[in-house]
Parts: sequence; structure tokens; C-alpha cells
Amino acid sequence: MAKKESSFINMVLTLFVVTAVAALALGAVYNATKEPIAIAKRLKIEKAIGEVLPEFDKIEEFKTLPEGGKDSLTFYNAFKNGEPVGTAVRTYTDNGFSGRFWIMVGFTDGDVISGTSVLEHKETPGLGDKMKTIWADQFKGKNLTTYKLKVKKDGGDVDAITAATISSRAFCDATQRAYNELKKEEGQ
Amino acid sequence: MNQLQNFTKGFIKDNPVFVLLLGMCPTLAVTSTAINGLGMGLATTFVLVMSNIVVSLIKNLIPDKVRIPSFIVIIASFVTIVELTMQAYVPDLFDSLGIFIPLIVVNCIVLGRAEAFASKNNVVSSMIDGLGMGLGFAFALTLLGTVRELFGSGSIFGMKFIPGDAILVFVLSPGAFITLGYLIALLNRLKKA
Amino acid sequence: MEYIIIIIGAIFVNNIVLNQFLGICPFLGVSKKINTAVGMGGAVLFVMTLATIVTWLIQNYVLTPLGLQFLQTIFFILVIASLVQMVEIILKKVSPSLFQALGIFLPLITTNCAVLGVAILTIQKEFSLMEGVVYAISNALGFALALVLFSGLREHLDLMEVPKGMRGVPIALVTAGILALAFMGFSNLV
Repeated sequence: MAKKESSFINMVLTLFVVTAVAALALGAVYNATKEPIAIAKRLKIEKAIGEVLPEFDKIEEFKTLPEGGKDSLTFYNAFKNGEPVGTAVRTYTDNGFSGRFWIMVGFTDGDVISGTSVLEHKETPGLGDKMKTIWADQFKGKNLTTYKLKVKKDGGDVDAITAATISSRAFCDATQRAYNELKKEEGQ
Repeated sequence: MNQLQNFTKGFIKDNPVFVLLLGMCPTLAVTSTAINGLGMGLATTFVLVMSNIVVSLIKNLIPDKVRIPSFIVIIASFVTIVELTMQAYVPDLFDSLGIFIPLIVVNCIVLGRAEAFASKNNVVSSMIDGLGMGLGFAFALTLLGTVRELFGSGSIFGMKFIPGDAILVFVLSPGAFITLGYLIALLNRLKKA
Repeated sequence: MEYIIIIIGAIFVNNIVLNQFLGICPFLGVSKKINTAVGMGGAVLFVMTLATIVTWLIQNYVLTPLGLQFLQTIFFILVIASLVQMVEIILKKVSPSLFQALGIFLPLITTNCAVLGVAILTIQKEFSLMEGVVYAISNALGFALALVLFSGLREHLDLMEVPKGMRGVPIALVTAGILALAFMGFSNLV
């Protein structure tokens, strides 16, 4: 078959057909993957809630927009046999080494951290991403009415990750943001 | 050139990373661990194979002057397909590869193979070429990722066998440049020997 | 204040080439002479700023309202490719001297992932248009800075006695690594 000539009509027609087919194909793939993507996101959140809270059988969720924040936090109130067991908060910070990251923080009895889990982050592998490891266990069981949520360098009680003070600070910032919002919600 | 040579040339002789020096951005950026390198390599392989197939199928239907824009649209579509699929089925890997998935579009290897090979050859050769080049790319990324992960975090594919901290600089950005530099030097040396 | 953080952050702390690994191809390809490095830096500054403005408008006024975010990649690359072509044509007509200086670099920019990368990052970071422009300009300056520094080093490398296996690309990569190491000194700045 001979090569098509580069006449104006041919060129316009080709580009039109190519883009139309591409757009159709993408639309189809988008529709096919829409649900699995939503499920994957949902699963990740549920897994994180399970990690940071004691056992529960029912979840109520709602969102709030913190003052001066760019994005909303999501609260997950957990219940077992109708009794509240704690609240997981999906929170974020913009002070990470590579910008924003999201974590899940669980609170029981209002002020006590029951666990933390990192949801999305872009921190440096080997440094900042140590916040996903046992480092975060130091927060477990701490009562925030007495525990100062700041790294030791800044006069707080948190041991920073070696060589990743910025990520550690940001982690504290995200946790503090969740706690502040939680208190505000309780006050209402 | 027979098909076997066509397939294997991407691994050593014309390796996109070590010899042709194409697609450097993802090579350096995502190889802080072996698994990331492998994931990125396979995602690129898929795009490379599919776009090579489509380009060689429709090469005669496309007028010369709009060749490049058409190729770019085809490549970008496959990249978006990979993006959506990874988001759905391997969300963790998708998160850690981040912005470099959409950037496969501008990976010079993909457009380079479409233009240099697929637009001149038949479907089967183009497919094999894409597969060989893609796997060569994946091989290079995995190798680089393994070396950096081994020295930088003391583990391979996430399995830790050196306790404690390792030589952190390997997983940081300077380590990427330096490790790749020495790997290429080593290959140059081996080829001459 | 916010703008200063964006500027310092993009030029020094998260330098686009040395820390984010975008635009490595031109970084290695056109860094043998300082003159060409400056030319490339200028061309990137021009295209990156324009591209960020146009893609920002498209994302916020076309793609998001229509729920077509999944077409982002394909739209952005087409916009950048046609933008580069347009800039080339307009420059040729309006300012032949500028075209002479930047002309040969323009086609190379389409496949410069730094441009597409910054356009996508601007959307991901949810910048306003003004912040996006500042971010694009600072990233382009960071790119130019890294490129010029690196080409200066490479000009000197030519005069050095380098072991055989290390000649060419390997020594250039190791040099870039040491430059990246130096830039890590800025990391507590912001």
C-alpha cells in the first residue's frame, strides 16, 4: 500500500480519526477501571482504619475543612455493639520534605493516640519514609493532654527520625491538625 | 537480522539505558528500590510494545507530516491506560512511582522506537523490537534499583538482610547519578575485555 | 512569603534536575558548552512558563468542569507539542535574532519531560495560576542553574586525565552526582 499524501485534508482527517479513536478507547478504559479504582482506594482507607483503631463493627464518616487548611479532613467514628470505640482521622500536612502527605491517626478516649498509618507520601525512601516503620510506634498510647507533639529539637517529646527532621516535624503537624479538629468537633 | 537478534539487542548491545542513554529521567528517579525499578520497567515495556504494534499497523495510513503528532497521541493513550489500570490494581506501586507514570509519554525510548523502528517495519518485528527494548529497559532499571537498595537500605526487593542503617546516600538523588555512572563504566570495561 | 518559599524551594531545595530527575536528557545532552547551556536554559524558561499557564487554564476550565481528568496526559502533551511549534513559528517571524539563539533547542523541548512534569506538578500541588507561574519560572531557573553549573564542570573535565572506562558519560554522571550532593546542603533551607 502506498503512503498517504500529506495533503491538508488527509492530515486533518488522520489527526481527527486518531484522536477520536484514542478518546473513545480511553473513555472505555476509564469506565472499566472507575470502580476498581474506587474499591482500591476504599480498601486502603479501611485497612488503615483497622490498623489505627481497636476492633469495631460500624463506621460513620464525615468531613470537615480545617481553618487555614487547603483540603478537608475525614473523620471515621467507629462503634462496636453500638458503643463508640474511637475515631480515626484522615489528615495531612503540607510541610513534608516533598510536599503534602496523608496519614491516618486513630484516637480513643478523646485524647489518646491508638495508632498511626501512612496513606500517601512522597518522602525520601530510606529517610523520610521511615515514618512507615516502628518509628511511628512511639505515638501509640500517648495522651495528648500531656504529651507535647513536637520533635525534641523544638522542645517537644517526639524522637525525630535520624536525618529526617523535616518529615518528623511534618508528621507531628498532621497529627496535631487531626487532634485540633477532633477537639473542635467535640466542642460543638 | 533474525528475530532472535532483534529481541536480544535491547539487553546488552543496544540497551536503552546503558548504551543509548535514553529514558534517563525515570531511570534515575524511581530506582531507589528494586521493585520500583521493575514496576516502571514493565509499565514502559507495555507502552512500548503496544505503541510499536499500533504504529506499525497504521504506518501507511498516516501522512508523513502529521506522523509525530499521531504517534504522540497513540503513546499518550496507552500511557493513560497503564495509569488507570495501575491505579486500580496495584495502587501502592502507582503511588510510589508517582508522576513518572504519566511521564512515560515523554520517555524518548518510546517515541524513538516508534519513529526509528515501528514506522519502517512489519507488525511482528515491531512487537519483538518493543518487547526486547522494553525488557532491556526493565532489566537496567531493576539492576540499578537492586544495587541502590542493597547499599542504601541493606535489602533486596524489600527483604532486609543487613540490620540497621546502610549507606543512605545510595537511595538519595546523588546515589542515583553515581551508581549509574559506575555501572556504565563497568559495562564499558566488560565489553572491551 | 509563600512565593519566596516556592522560589527557593524550586531552585535550590528540590532542584528539578538534581533532585526531581526531570529533564535529564537535555541535562546530559546539551551540557558540553556553557553557551549552549545558557541557550537551552532560556528556551526552557520560555516554554515552561507558557505551557504551565495554558495547561493550568485547560485543567481548571475544561477538564475539571467536564470530569475529563483522565485525559490529562494526552491533552497536556498535545498542548505542549503544539505550543512549541507555535513559539517556533512566531519567533521566526517576530524576532529572528532570538530565534537564532533559541531555535535549535525548541524541537528538543517537546520531549523534555521537565516541561510536562512541571505542568502536572502544578496541578497536583493545587497551585493558583499566579503560584503556578512563579513555580514554573523558578523551576526553569533551577534547570538553567544546574545546566550551566554542570556544563562549566564538564568544560574542565575535558582537560582532565580520566581513566579509560570512565570517559564520557560515566564521569559526567558521577560529576552530576557530586553536584547533587552539594545541592543537598540546601535541604534545610525551607
